[in-house]
Amino acid sequence: MSKLLKINKGVDEGTKALLEYLLEKDKVEGVITLKTINANQGICYSLITKPEELKDAVPLIPYMPNNEGKLLSRLTLREPLADPIAVVARPCELRAFIELVKRNQGSLKNYLFISHTCPGVYPLETNVNGSLEKKISQYWNKTKNTELIQDTRPACKSCIHFIPDNADIIVSLIGEADLDNNCNIFLSTNKGEEFAAGIEGEIGEKELESKEINLMQNKREEERKKLFEETNIETKGIEGLIEYFGKCIGCHGCSNVCPICYCNLCFFDSQPNETQPSWSESDLDRKGALRLPSGTIFYHLGRLAHISISCIGCGMCTDVCPVNIPISTIFSKVGESVQKAFDYSPGMDVEEPVPFGIYKEEEFTEIGEQ
Amino acid sequence: MNDEYTPRIVGFLCNWCSYTGADLAGVSRLKVPPSLRIIRVMCSGRIDPLFVLKAFLKGIDGVMMMGCHPGECHYQKGNYNARRRFILLQKILEAFDLEPERLGIWWVSASEATKYAKVTTEFAKEIEKIGPSPVANEIFL
Repeated sequence: MSKLLKINKGVDEGTKALLEYLLEKDKVEGVITLKTINANQGICYSLITKPEELKDAVPLIPYMPNNEGKLLSRLTLREPLADPIAVVARPCELRAFIELVKRNQGSLKNYLFISHTCPGVYPLETNVNGSLEKKISQYWNKTKNTELIQDTRPACKSCIHFIPDNADIIVSLIGEADLDNNCNIFLSTNKGEEFAAGIEGEIGEKELESKEINLMQNKREEERKKLFEETNIETKGIEGLIEYFGKCIGCHGCSNVCPICYCNLCFFDSQPNETQPSWSESDLDRKGALRLPSGTIFYHLGRLAHISISCIGCGMCTDVCPVNIPISTIFSKVGESVQKAFDYSPGMDVEEPVPFGIYKEEEFTEIGEQ
Repeated sequence: MNDEYTPRIVGFLCNWCSYTGADLAGVSRLKVPPSLRIIRVMCSGRIDPLFVLKAFLKGIDGVMMMGCHPGECHYQKGNYNARRRFILLQKILEAFDLEPERLGIWWVSASEATKYAKVTTEFAKEIEKIGPSPVANEIFL
């Protein structure tokens, strides 16, 4: 059972009321949340310190311009925060941040995490072509009725980790029939309780895992299975790799937006990967032709070797791909099998080390002994 | 391509055990497959998964990773790391149906020249059976 705070406002207003309360009472120094730019010219993450700047904040809008985990890591790369900052983030963004903290790319100190049971986000293009606004009412209707929202990111509708395990405060969205008038907020850690203490609202107790959450879990798992089967990479060999990645234009957008890809200079952008004609001579002798730029498949397989263990499945990569490669589906699928091999769940527990660089003597003992 | 297929195999051998073992096999005049190209690394822990992926994408038919027996690494823990990386590579190759049997890992100590000759010969035969890598003639990599 967790502590439940009921605010008699819609979820959007209720979440904003919580943020306002935290800022006005000086419980936190700032708030990081999504904010609209000059009346709907765009939406971006913002660090807000004055309560009046919260008026055009849209903390729950189904849109993810960046993976916030990456932003949180950048803010604390050099040193931890000196004062508390409240952060509204989606579960996958929190998981991404935890993975970065494990790699010494940030610090959890003084962050207060506010998250929600996540119905998913719409692709970036919906905010470019203006369809986002029209979709929002059906988004909330489907969330109330615990339905899958088919036009969200493929990564979202097949996401099975939509409960934020690491959040201090969780706004309940999925399956909340009355979310237009009622905001149910779970205070899941002591820290969350302390910060929210004194805010106007009813305090009760409730289990976060409702039957609606379980229903959604089943729906998402089904969708995930379907998506993985459709992609069908595991039976196609090199032909399948070329089918999917052959059209890659080499913009490296996927690694730029990937929260786990944190290297300042990517190995695949570095000098050893420049193609010199002399290196391809033997290839050309044998094949008679060579794709340019070369090394496309190597880039994607190499990125899998680097990040599949920590892929948290946020779907940013698919979203930015200009040639519509289902990168996140492929990475989630491979990631799932790699993570299973090491019994590792990325982004769940900051104390659980990343499986590479650590080892146990008495593991995989059959390997190498044949 | 020529009609007769001789596999091309790359072996990443650690300096302290496997490479010395290979050396001993040579000194002992044991027969080892000519299809194996050896790359000496200081430790099996130096075998970056990207080395292996690059070798496969260059059209190599088989890759052998070799290091000291667990617990006997010259640098204490390199082969334990190599073991985990091997699993990572296997999972990636499996996920794309890229014939994971073309990759293997063996622990060969400096004195195990006969083991070295045996595993390399067996692996070369196996690779010959599997046949040439389908990647070798792909243009769009």
